[in-house]
Amino acid sequence: MKHLKLASASAISIAAASFANTAQAEDLTLCWAAWDPANALVELSKEFESQSGHSMSFEFIPWPNFADRMLNELNSGGKLCDLLIGDSQWIGGGAENGHYVKLNDFFDAEGISMSDFADATVYAYSTWPKGTPNYYALPAMGDANGWFYRKDWFGREDIQAAYKEATGQELREPQSQKEMLQIAQFFQGREIDGQTVYGAAIFTERGSEGITMGVTSALYPWGFKYENTPGSYDMDGAVNSPEAVEALEFYKEFYETATPPGYTNSYMGESLDAFKSGQVAMAMNWFAFFPGLYADPNTGGDKIDFFVNPPQNNAGSTLGGQGISVVAYSDKQDAALEYIKWFANPDVQAKWWELGGYSAHNSVLNDPGFKDSAPFAGDFLEAMGSVQDFWQEPAYAELLLAMQKRLHDYIVADQGTAQEALDKLVEDWTEVFEDEGKL
Amino acid sequence: MTDSPATRAAQATPVGVARKIKGLSDRAIAWIFVGPTIFLLLAINIFPLIWTINLSFTDFRANRLNREVEYIGLRNYERILTDSDIWLNMQATAHFLFWTIFFQVLIGFALAYLINKKFKGNDLWTTIIVLPMMLSPAVVGNFWKFLYQPQIGLFNYVVSFITGKDPSSFEMLGSVQLAPWSIVIVDTWMWTPFVMLICLAGLRSIPDYIYEAAEVDRASKLRQFFTITIPMVLPFLMLAVLFRGIENFKMFDLVVQLTGGGPGSTTELTSINLKREAFEKWRTGYASAYAIILFVTVFGLASIYVKALNKVKER
Repeated sequence: MKHLKLASASAISIAAASFANTAQAEDLTLCWAAWDPANALVELSKEFESQSGHSMSFEFIPWPNFADRMLNELNSGGKLCDLLIGDSQWIGGGAENGHYVKLNDFFDAEGISMSDFADATVYAYSTWPKGTPNYYALPAMGDANGWFYRKDWFGREDIQAAYKEATGQELREPQSQKEMLQIAQFFQGREIDGQTVYGAAIFTERGSEGITMGVTSALYPWGFKYENTPGSYDMDGAVNSPEAVEALEFYKEFYETATPPGYTNSYMGESLDAFKSGQVAMAMNWFAFFPGLYADPNTGGDKIDFFVNPPQNNAGSTLGGQGISVVAYSDKQDAALEYIKWFANPDVQAKWWELGGYSAHNSVLNDPGFKDSAPFAGDFLEAMGSVQDFWQEPAYAELLLAMQKRLHDYIVADQGTAQEALDKLVEDWTEVFEDEGKL
Repeated sequence: MTDSPATRAAQATPVGVARKIKGLSDRAIAWIFVGPTIFLLLAINIFPLIWTINLSFTDFRANRLNREVEYIGLRNYERILTDSDIWLNMQATAHFLFWTIFFQVLIGFALAYLINKKFKGNDLWTTIIVLPMMLSPAVVGNFWKFLYQPQIGLFNYVVSFITGKDPSSFEMLGSVQLAPWSIVIVDTWMWTPFVMLICLAGLRSIPDYIYEAAEVDRASKLRQFFTITIPMVLPFLMLAVLFRGIENFKMFDLVVQLTGGGPGSTTELTSINLKREAFEKWRTGYASAYAIILFVTVFGLASIYVKALNKVKER
């Protein structure tokens, strides 16, 4: 058996070594969400095209439809994508349903080591079952939910004085969730330069994953856990713990007292719009957008600054980001693997960060100059040190939709209490896991 | 002797074909013509229906083709019918159905009655009024979303102008109380012209001599309206109600664009919920049972309604 494994590994490595010379030129299609980093990837991939002789096509889907479109594609065994940068939560389904190619042998043959990538990203984006050395993706884009604010407003003496008078404290980057709410409430409805502004833009979207991603940014700092014992699916007492209830009530208060009017169905785009149009003092969004925000001629540069999701009982940020996988239904798997090999190269990873992508490669993250390479780089590192992700189970879509419903019903539609919302969520999730045969 | 159409058709039949069908009975020839249509109907409508009924008794998931499918009897039906959230979706659908049909019939008939009078620019007004129903529901949903925007939306400003309330003090799409009405308003705006056109056809089908006879009998205008106009337009009105009822029972695109089913689940109509179950959660067996329940509901209601419609027509 050992010999067989050795022989197959050798065969793969020989085949892989001869990719560049013998493989015929292919047109590879890479699928991802339509957002700023995708444009950076197009730029980066030109180098791959010139080196390999393959050409690259891209299929970028707007975020609200991304999961729907791509999961339908995978479920139907579609051949549209040869490479897919899929959301971290898809890894369970991707692995168990046979959508993604398992990459262990390829990594071994090519000398690609997962220890070269940040642990949190390998755990979240690549492994299934969680934490085991079974890899279905290479960490492609590290990401977390963070915050940005109007540095120019925070720096104004009149506003600082008004804040001090109102709260007795200094106006600064918030150090806790509650301080952040206090600052947002201070700005809510305030007149600045003749315009009424509001506290903060947070996620409240109902249709895809928005409100869940927003609320977990409050739940995690309060110490939220999905299970009492990891892997047990024992959720009662964890998901609906007193801390979780307090965090949920906090988010509802945030929504009701510190967001712009009509902010009932908002996600990434609305958050960016609210900030860029000068409506809000602070906004939450994914780090992936921060390079574009910093470069914005109206609200970027010295008018903006960034901070990591503030702690409360502990540090905690909602994980975003994705790994890159080879789609099992692709006829061009060899060329797709070639792309992954090229992408894992430290030089390519350095260029990826330079262009606006968030590399998860240790050679980039541990570089002494990394923290100062962008105004949000230090915050990104800090965030990635305390990230937590949603369920990554094959039934993740059901789990997510249940949470979307319970949260939106409570926060936006003002139905029931936080305790009831979380109790119902435990019931929903229990039913899903019972159907899955895991309970 | 003049050739009959049948003779002409027989003469036009190519000799090869004529030879092949020679000896076939009329019934057999009829089957040859009708067969492909029946086959298509079976393949496109009947087979999927039977297949859906079959799936509704299983735990099948279309995204897990490798998983073993189990027959679970009536469990899907039991879960659906005892799920309080689904009953809330049904209530939201019933609210939407009732009020959209009510307003569309009321306004549609009134508009048809006015348009039916001869006046200058009659055709132009008819064209203007029917414009909304020519638009795509997705487009309508999107631009009404902007109109309802509390800070910049025209709708809030108009309401503010009339009532003196601050425009940003109420949210049509974000409020639990107002959101169900906001979708009713948009659907009414879009589909009232359709009801108007049907009513107009009904009004124009009433012969003038009936009114003339009523005039001779010195019947008042009000009496003419209730004893001639309404009874004679009623079958048309009922037809409009049937069309709009069936259409709105499966309403999806417009509401998804406007509210996405929110806030919370306030405007989550059964079709939206069904889509989530079938194509987001991928509970195919469960969604099949859900679809069958909806189908039986619509089919049952429509059958009762069509019987009533036929009775009205017979009068």
